[in-house]
Formats: sequence, structure tokens, C-alpha cells
Amino acid sequence: MNIGKSVVIKGELNGSEDLTIEGYVEGTIQLKEHVLTIGPNGRIKAQVYAKSVIVLGEVTGNVTATDKVDIRDNGSVDGDIVSPRVAIAEGAHFRGAVDMQRKGGATTPAAKTDGKSASTPAAAPAAQAAGTPQRVGA
Amino acid sequence: MGLLDRLAPRKSDPDGSIQSSSGLADDPVFATKALRKFLSCLTSRESPALLDLGPVVGSNVSFFGEQLGCKIFVEDIFADLDRHVREGKSDAFPAFLGKRFPQEPGSVDGILCWDLIDYLDRPSAQALATQLMRVLRPDGALLAFFGAAQARLTTYTKFIVADETNLRHRAYPAARGHQAILPNRDIIRLFPELRVSDSFLLQNNLREILFRKTT
Repeated sequence: MNIGKSVVIKGELNGSEDLTIEGYVEGTIQLKEHVLTIGPNGRIKAQVYAKSVIVLGEVTGNVTATDKVDIRDNGSVDGDIVSPRVAIAEGAHFRGAVDMQRKGGATTPAAKTDGKSASTPAAAPAAQAAGTPQRVGA
Repeated sequence: MGLLDRLAPRKSDPDGSIQSSSGLADDPVFATKALRKFLSCLTSRESPALLDLGPVVGSNVSFFGEQLGCKIFVEDIFADLDRHVREGKSDAFPAFLGKRFPQEPGSVDGILCWDLIDYLDRPSAQALATQLMRVLRPDGALLAFFGAAQARLTTYTKFIVADETNLRHRAYPAARGHQAILPNRDIIRLFPELRVSDSFLLQNNLREILFRKTT
């Protein structure tokens, strides 16, 4: 599943499949047992919970992964990371704390945002287009 | 078995550097005497909190996070300094440092200062030292490097942990180079709440000083 460059989502994003984000997401992202990829054009301002998170774009917010967080070259994370494995490439940007203890996990966040809720298979109805037609799946 | 025991020692060149046999062959490797002692300070605590003032280095995060179980705070002060210099706001840097660290007083077990102080003017160095003393817990450790007079660098250095006794040095561009090269007595005066636990002068003229906070 892809969220394209022109898509803006504000709210809670839940899913049960791997997801690639090239657009803008603000709020909370939860992908239990699945991989979240923030593409080179992706911009995230959210609390992120997933099995694995691969960052090629920009993330502002805390990232919790039960398996691995991988910040690739030119990827950027401003926020705290909780994950048993963390890889940060040369050329990546990171500012925050890293906790690799196994006490963390992709748990349900304690506080919900006040935005709309959207699960990935039906993300389009909750997505708010940013001036251009929204498109989920590319 | 320590990390050192799992890695065969390598022969040093006359300048103290060691040829790396890994894919990072371009980075010279230098011996470090103080890192092992710093690590032993950290590992005496369960889940130690480590404050790293240098640029983020993925392998260091793995080393301290996975192998030593540290919680790591990455606060790249070199990037902050670069930004202030480029924007012509160097005079504001001491005040910036005074508000830079969100950590609670006494909440950090170890600080990797690297050679940051060499690049700071005196007011900035003092402002930084005040904050580091604030966040360091009693008996916590601070590791800092200081250059020698004849080696005024115009680049920053990423210090990449190869093992407990070796660091890779990777140079990268700096907006400004070394400022004052501080004599030992001035370094000690910067940190009145700390005591010098160990001090080493290496073959490459780098001074390594391990401080402990007095209890």
C-alpha cells in the first residue's frame, strides 16, 4: 500500500499490511507486525508504532518499533526511538534519544489525537487532500 | 570476555594511527586509553543514560545501545555551532547552550564530549561545562579530548568506536576551526564540580581526560 505524494492525512492511521508513505501524515501511525516505509518525499509529524520503520524522508515525532528502525542516507528523525535494533546511515539526520532495551514495543498509544481515524485499507475517505486530488495506492 | 578480547590487537604506525582492515579503510584508527575506563564507569550501572555531544554515528549507537544497553541522547552540538557561525550569531552561542539541554539535573550517567571544547570560545566553553555538570549524576563520567598546539584542525572529527581501545577518526567540514588550545589547568577550571579521574597524552598528541563528578 502506498500513500502518494499529494496525500495529506491528519489523524490516526492504523493498518494490517506494509505501508509506504510519500505524502504528509500528522497524528498517529500504527502498523502492528508490519513495515512502515517513509519514502524520500514522505513527511511525518506523528507518533509512529510499527514492527519495522524505514526512514528515507522526514519524521518528527517518537518512533517505536518491535523489530528495527532504519534511518537511511538523507533520512531524518527528530524524536525519540525505542527499538531493539537501530541502524543509522552515514548522511542521515537524527536528534533525540535512542532506547534499545526490549521493554518497548508497538503498543497502543495512551492518548489519541483529536483528528479523524483512518485505517490504511480505507484511508482515502479520512485523508484530507492538500489542494490536489488525493490518491491512495500508486 | 570484553570487547577487546574479541578483537585482535592491531599494530600502530609511528604516528599512533592503525590501518583499518575493514571496509572503512579510509578512516585512520587511533588508540584510545580512556574509552575503556569510560565504558567501565557506564557498565557499572543498569541501563545507563549516555549523552553524546557529537554527530550521530550509526555504529556508535549500535555499540552503546545494543552491546552496552545504554539509553543514548544524541545532541549534536557541532551542528549547532556550525549553524551559529554560518548565521553570524556566534556571540549568542553561550546563551543558546545555557538552554540547550533538556535533561534533568543529575540524570545522565556518562557524557561523550569528544573534542568539542577545542572549537568553542571561552564563554561558550564555560556555558557548556556548566550544563554538563548540571546533567551529570554524582560519580558520573565525562570523556573529553583536547588537541595539542601544533594541530589546529579546521575540520571536525567524527569519533567512531572500533572497539574498547580504538577509535576511527573521520574528518568532515567545519564552519570554523579550533579556537584556543587549553592548557590542562584551564580545562580543570572549566569543571569545578568534576575531578580528573584519568588523563592520557596519546602518540597523536590528543589529550584524553576522563572526569568523574564528585559525590
